[in-house]
Amino acid sequence: MVHRVRTDYGDSDPLFPSKAAAFWYAVLMAGLLAAPYLLESYYLSQLVFIMIYAIVGVALNILSGQAGQVSIGHAAFLAIGAYFTAVAQKYGVPLVLYLPLAGVFTGIAGYLVGLPALRLHGIYLAIATLAFAFIVEEIIARWESVTHGNEGLMLPPPSLFGWKLGSESFYYLCLLVTVLVILAAINIIRSSTGRSFMAIRDSETAARSMGIDTARYKTTAFALSAGITGIAGALYAHKMSFISPEMFSLAVSIDFVMIIIIGGMVSLRGAVFGAIFMIMADPLLIILKDRIPSLTEALTHALFLPDAATQAIQAGVLRVVNAPGLKSLIFGIIIIVFIIYEPMGLDGRWLRVKAYFKQFPLARQRSARPPRMFLKSERR
Amino acid sequence: MTFFDVKNLTVKFGGLTAVDDVSFGLNEGEVFTIIGPNGAGKTTLFNLISRLYTPSAGQIIFRGEDVTRLSAQQIAGRGIARTFQNIELFESASTLQNLLVGRHRHSTTRPWQDILRTKKVREEEVAHRRAAEEVMDVLRLQRYRDTTIGALPYGVRKVIEVARALCVGPTLLLLDEPSSGLNVEETNAMAEWILEINRRLRVTVLMVEHDMSLVSRVSDRVLALNYGKMMAIGTSAEVQGHPDVIAAYLGA
Repeated sequence: MVHRVRTDYGDSDPLFPSKAAAFWYAVLMAGLLAAPYLLESYYLSQLVFIMIYAIVGVALNILSGQAGQVSIGHAAFLAIGAYFTAVAQKYGVPLVLYLPLAGVFTGIAGYLVGLPALRLHGIYLAIATLAFAFIVEEIIARWESVTHGNEGLMLPPPSLFGWKLGSESFYYLCLLVTVLVILAAINIIRSSTGRSFMAIRDSETAARSMGIDTARYKTTAFALSAGITGIAGALYAHKMSFISPEMFSLAVSIDFVMIIIIGGMVSLRGAVFGAIFMIMADPLLIILKDRIPSLTEALTHALFLPDAATQAIQAGVLRVVNAPGLKSLIFGIIIIVFIIYEPMGLDGRWLRVKAYFKQFPLARQRSARPPRMFLKSERR
Repeated sequence: MTFFDVKNLTVKFGGLTAVDDVSFGLNEGEVFTIIGPNGAGKTTLFNLISRLYTPSAGQIIFRGEDVTRLSAQQIAGRGIARTFQNIELFESASTLQNLLVGRHRHSTTRPWQDILRTKKVREEEVAHRRAAEEVMDVLRLQRYRDTTIGALPYGVRKVIEVARALCVGPTLLLLDEPSSGLNVEETNAMAEWILEINRRLRVTVLMVEHDMSLVSRVSDRVLALNYGKMMAIGTSAEVQGHPDVIAAYLGA
């Protein structure tokens, strides 16, 4: 074990845990800044999606990971941010104004959704947020004078100070917003507000007895989380350059919950890992799908199977690979596997791998296992 | 003006009167203990005082102010802190973070200031940290500073809960069975700490306790409850010698 000697309380919760960490984040940042010059436009576009999802992941981390409140209606906040952006842009509001305003506006919506959260817990809260998402979707579809209903809305490319943003400059805008959102989230988590969220999550009774106004902090968590998602919605609208109600369906909300389940709810790093997974899983599955027929062919040849058998196997494999809903099945299995075997998500796995190399060659599998508990923590 | 007064406090859950017309007063600086058999209404009384429950009738007066209708968080804001019989710590957080939550009422920053981590936030964080460290010094908890509560033994958690309540900066500390689940050694240490908190930090202590040796060692006065009613009030020896108390405990 390494114990750092600290000489004053001012540095008790620094932005970077160590100089080495600061160095590696700087390297990552340099890589991300150079990305438009290194990557093909397809991968740059994927990076933008990852950043938008990461912002939503951060929003959900604050709400679910920190404050312990469930939401399966976050697509609605994304929609509110996106439509706010489309309308604001139509009326000639500049980007520097409507981007933060999208956050504020969605934050107010989040505050209102947070009000029922004061009385609801767990599954009931989940259902309430789900209902909210359906209501928002329906309103967008019906309010044709503003939203053009199911026809959707086209967005012209974003412009900053009269300068049209191309895909590369838009990438830098997304990067800037992502970094700012993550910094804001870190500051919240290491402050009195963040500790109050944590207190509400772990024991509401104790939180109240410590003087925490649980009602106020729950709505604050909802407003913050919604506001951040609204900003992601603004970026999303520009990225897609066309928005319509079905882009903000239940499936999207579930995608968002998967970000933090797969990534891990404990830290913000989890939100980023989860976003990478959710965005990159699709293209990886497609690549895999293209390879499988030739792989099976090679396999059947290697086994010297008769032609008839080869054809039958090929047909079977193709049917499975092209079956509709295969992706959902795979994602479903992944979620179940994560919940059972890695409740801390990719982030937990990351920490263990890191600990393994730190302790090498002394690391033992058992030391990574959480201690057994016989108190309240176990019963949860 | 008395320091803390409970007047004719009553609470009914359906047909059950859990606390029935209880009245007592605390002098500033004393250690006052409530004893009684299981189900006597001791913890209910505590929950009434810390306003987790709402009384059906009666009044609670703290330093001349009627606090009967305040919310639980406002009670903490007035300087009344409590611990719980079954430990209500924030288990996924470290000891230090638990203590810092206790400092909540001293924090004056708004969420937007927290987001920007303004100078004021940074200064307050240092002040909170210093206060938490001082409490850790008193209760010798430094070695558990960064350990997650879930990984600590029960006896230590019990002390951490007292520490967290002290971080609130209370003038009145409510301890709900501070020695339950502790062994003899830990109980002795707890008794020393209660005395130290009372004498050195000048905190008035109201506690519920079963361990009579601990009760007689630290209490200035004792109140005995049974079936929500007051049986006896006085010094530890007086109450233990009271015929009704003996009858309630021995079932005679």
